[in-house]
Amino acid sequence: MIEKISSLLSGIIFGVGLVISGMTNPEKVIGFLSITHNWDASLIFVMGGAIIITAPFFYLLKNRNKSLLDLDLNLPQKKNLDKKLIIGSSLFGIGWGLIGLCPGPAVSSLALFEPITLIFLVAMYLGVIANKYI
Amino acid sequence: MYNFTPLSALTGGIIIGFAVVLFFYTTGRLAGISGIFANALTRKLNRSSNLFFLLGLVIGPIGYLYLTKASINFEITNSYILIIIAGFLVGLGTRMGGGCTSGHGICGISRISVRSIIATITFIFTGMLTVFILQQFGIYL
Repeated sequence: MIEKISSLLSGIIFGVGLVISGMTNPEKVIGFLSITHNWDASLIFVMGGAIIITAPFFYLLKNRNKSLLDLDLNLPQKKNLDKKLIIGSSLFGIGWGLIGLCPGPAVSSLALFEPITLIFLVAMYLGVIANKYI
Repeated sequence: MYNFTPLSALTGGIIIGFAVVLFFYTTGRLAGISGIFANALTRKLNRSSNLFFLLGLVIGPIGYLYLTKASINFEITNSYILIIIAGFLVGLGTRMGGGCTSGHGICGISRISVRSIIATITFIFTGMLTVFILQQFGIYL
């Protein structure tokens, strides 16, 4: 129960942060990706702002294996660079650059009742399924 | 610099950081949204927790916009074909590459994961390249 409440709360805080950061507006993201023309560096400040908070907190739990709710800490175990990482990230970047939406802002912009984001999310789901067959 | 909003970007980023910390300190999992989205829809493990997180991602902004009476811009292409191709590539690419802007870009980089640093450089590079190419065709000028 507490896990569900904290998940909900984390989502709420994350969503509010996204709106304040301006990243729910695809045009803002395109501005960041438009390096050769009217570049808008704001997105770096969003990532930087998040990382200055998360880095020390992650470091503090470095030698523990349980969360505060006594759940196992679940961290990625892969260390090696492989083709899938590079090809997958490349494809994601292309999709991101095409319209300026990545998963977080895509879900959060449902709050704006824009039907276009629902179409994006359905297509994203199909992409998730397609990966299982590759 | 055009349209540059460092203060609101930094404020929003710090708030996002605290959300990631809260999620990790309680559930023990990283708040990578492409993973949460995919797992919520395709796996039974942690499904309700994942769905609650996604619900929060939607009601957080609704509550914020209601309480502050703020209005936010949402400008996107009106080409459905572009939207569908983009959504498909984002879903496929993030699952194949194991993360998106939040999972690799925020969680991974702050854990100093080499995989995530390489992934982030890669998707920012191909994203910039894609926008550059679209601009040559008169889109996003």
